[in-house]
Amino acid sequence: MGRGGSRATGAAAPPWHALPDEVWEHAFSFLPTAADRGAAAGACSSWLRAERRSRHHLAVANCYAAAPRDAIERFPAVRAAEVKGKPHFADFGLVPPAWGGAAAPWIAAAADGWPLLEELSFKRMVVTDECLEMIAASFRNFQVLRLVSCDGFSTAGLAAIAAGCRQLRELDLQENEIEDCSIHWLSLFPESFTSLVTLNFSCLDGEVNITVLERLVTRCRNLKTLKLNNAIPLDKLASLLQKAPQLVELGTGKFSADYHPDLFAKLEVAFGGCKSLRKLSGAWDAVPDYLPAFYCVCDGLTSLNLSYATVRGPELIKFISRCKNLQQLWVMDLIEDLGLAVVASSCSKLQELRVFPSDHFGLGVLTERGLVDVSASCPMLESVLYFCRRMTNEALITIAKNRPNFTCFRLCILEPHTPDYITQHPLDAGFSAIVESCKGLRRLSISGLLTDLVFRSIGAHADRLEMLSIAFAGNSDLGLNYILSGCKSLKKLEIRDCPFGDKPLLANAAKLETMRSLWMSSCLLTLGACRQLARKMPHLSVEIMNDPGWSCPLDSLPDESPVEKLYVYRTIAGPRSDTPSYVQIV
Amino acid sequence: MEAAADVENLKATELRLGLPGTEEEAAPPPSTPRAGSKRALAGEEAKKPVAAAPPAAKAQVVGWPPVRSYRKSCFQASNKSKVAAAAPQQEEAAGGGLFVKVSMDGAPYLRKIDLKMYKGYRELREALEAMFLCFSGGAADGAAAFNPSDFAVTYEDKDGDLMLVGDVPFEMFISTCKRLRIMKGSEARGLEGATRE
Repeated sequence: MGRGGSRATGAAAPPWHALPDEVWEHAFSFLPTAADRGAAAGACSSWLRAERRSRHHLAVANCYAAAPRDAIERFPAVRAAEVKGKPHFADFGLVPPAWGGAAAPWIAAAADGWPLLEELSFKRMVVTDECLEMIAASFRNFQVLRLVSCDGFSTAGLAAIAAGCRQLRELDLQENEIEDCSIHWLSLFPESFTSLVTLNFSCLDGEVNITVLERLVTRCRNLKTLKLNNAIPLDKLASLLQKAPQLVELGTGKFSADYHPDLFAKLEVAFGGCKSLRKLSGAWDAVPDYLPAFYCVCDGLTSLNLSYATVRGPELIKFISRCKNLQQLWVMDLIEDLGLAVVASSCSKLQELRVFPSDHFGLGVLTERGLVDVSASCPMLESVLYFCRRMTNEALITIAKNRPNFTCFRLCILEPHTPDYITQHPLDAGFSAIVESCKGLRRLSISGLLTDLVFRSIGAHADRLEMLSIAFAGNSDLGLNYILSGCKSLKKLEIRDCPFGDKPLLANAAKLETMRSLWMSSCLLTLGACRQLARKMPHLSVEIMNDPGWSCPLDSLPDESPVEKLYVYRTIAGPRSDTPSYVQIV
Repeated sequence: MEAAADVENLKATELRLGLPGTEEEAAPPPSTPRAGSKRALAGEEAKKPVAAAPPAAKAQVVGWPPVRSYRKSCFQASNKSKVAAAAPQQEEAAGGGLFVKVSMDGAPYLRKIDLKMYKGYRELREALEAMFLCFSGGAADGAAAFNPSDFAVTYEDKDGDLMLVGDVPFEMFISTCKRLRIMKGSEARGLEGATRE
């Protein structure tokens, strides 16, 4: 048999390449990431076979990168699948409706090829009630449904899930647009159904039968995550908590009522019983007087999401300052710089900070002070999203020096083109310091007045950068060229309102195939360049978007025609067939 | 930092989001963006006006700031309801009560009741009967003149429609009832028999 030769007696060990597949499958199960598994699969045909047959989790970052049937054929043993659809800028309304991203083809193919599927997660996709009905009907072992920023379904679809998925453990609905058909979907979980571990319906606008909810919560003894919507009155919240003191994660929903000492006492007692509570969110209309009801859980909290809460003032700050073990804080800029200074001194374990603007059309509330303070005092801070009204290079340089461990840095100065407010210079030096210092930076969003120089720094230094978001920045084609010819690890690039034209795009066409996708809107692109790009790179899908009201056939337009929106992505599936009239594939 | 007492006052102003496309928001910016920093400095000390005035007139840029549409629409909705609540007919009193006005045709003055005090329609009716006994235009000699069949209890809901009390579950009724109206005599009989739209 083998060349294993020198063993004393008995069977020689088989040579490594003749080991049965099961051995390799077991070995591959230790590989931490899908990228590692992909690399292993590329080594030889037997590894390819072993790896693909044992892949249980599949993440499809762009639903159009491959056809559903191909994915299912290649990975027949998948138990958990995650699919993402629309480009990221769709979140901000830059993609008109009916663009695409339908979940139906994926669910249909999965119903055929993955009957044992247990988990499905969709992000920025169109999921219809029929999709949900199909899920409920097709997968006997279905356990986890996660929908993030999706639309197209109603409470009727949720009813199908509730009624049909007997093993359901997680129903997680995050920031979806759900139509309320006034169907009491919660009542459709059978009385015998007790397996729920996660229930998140916070984004559902509409009435909920509270008695049914209470019964469901009472009988699902393993419930760990409960996130309520705005239909749950405060006294009912207290009752629910008393029925589920084992909760680890709670979304309070509205949390609104005029102050009443009895209700406050009831809440205090209820929270007092929740010894395992680690993550808290909601408090949307919270009144400051009620915040002390949370005090008893503050010590245990690792995550606090008040990003939809309009509460402000000393009570807010007092509350947060008691959360000494906070790792993740999402909050509105109503906290102000002063509040962030308190966070800085109280929450030394903070890893992630997100501060959202309270006024979407204003100039912003926060200044550089808040971010400088938190960066200086929170040694584990590695992820930041910060909306503010002004910044300086000096502040950014200080932040970069204090926190070389940033992995995600997203700064949004609300007014486009805002320079350093003291020197009036562009913020090139500041952001350059960030990319030079933070060697592990994976995600970056820049804003303010910026020239091509900042892109030179980013291209040269941001070796691990995977996602870059640019708006109202740069002077010329050079800017884009620096990025596309540098940034070794770049996967997603999204650009809006920058003076970048055809040349850098064509000069770096090959780079685009190493990336997942490129979005460019309101730049200086022409149709001719897009045509050239499509001709040059057959594995890229080059999509052009016009005004929805205007669907002129692409062929009739001259090369010089400006392109308002461009979305380019690599794909092995060829051009998609579900484009609306305003999207044309070059 | 605002004193707690100011919170309620500021609450009405802090989310000054108009509906997109309204005239308020469409005015062009007064100066070039490069002066933006100066504007920010000047605006630092100025408090936002109490009335829901638009911010320093600013052209709305589509998709900017980069905030999820879901988040934007959440705050638009909450702002709309704050505006609608400007003239509240349902008042939440200290104690969490839900006070609504009750009028009775022919009565010289109105009453107010706390809807939260009642567990169901029967209790509510009994309370109303007790409250308006004196107006039932009965015999001066105190004979029980309050004949229920002469009255219909109606209410005005969130949409402003006149509805007959008793059709929907009590919890739902409480959340949509803006005011009560006890209708008398022929009008009442007509309503009882009328088809609902």
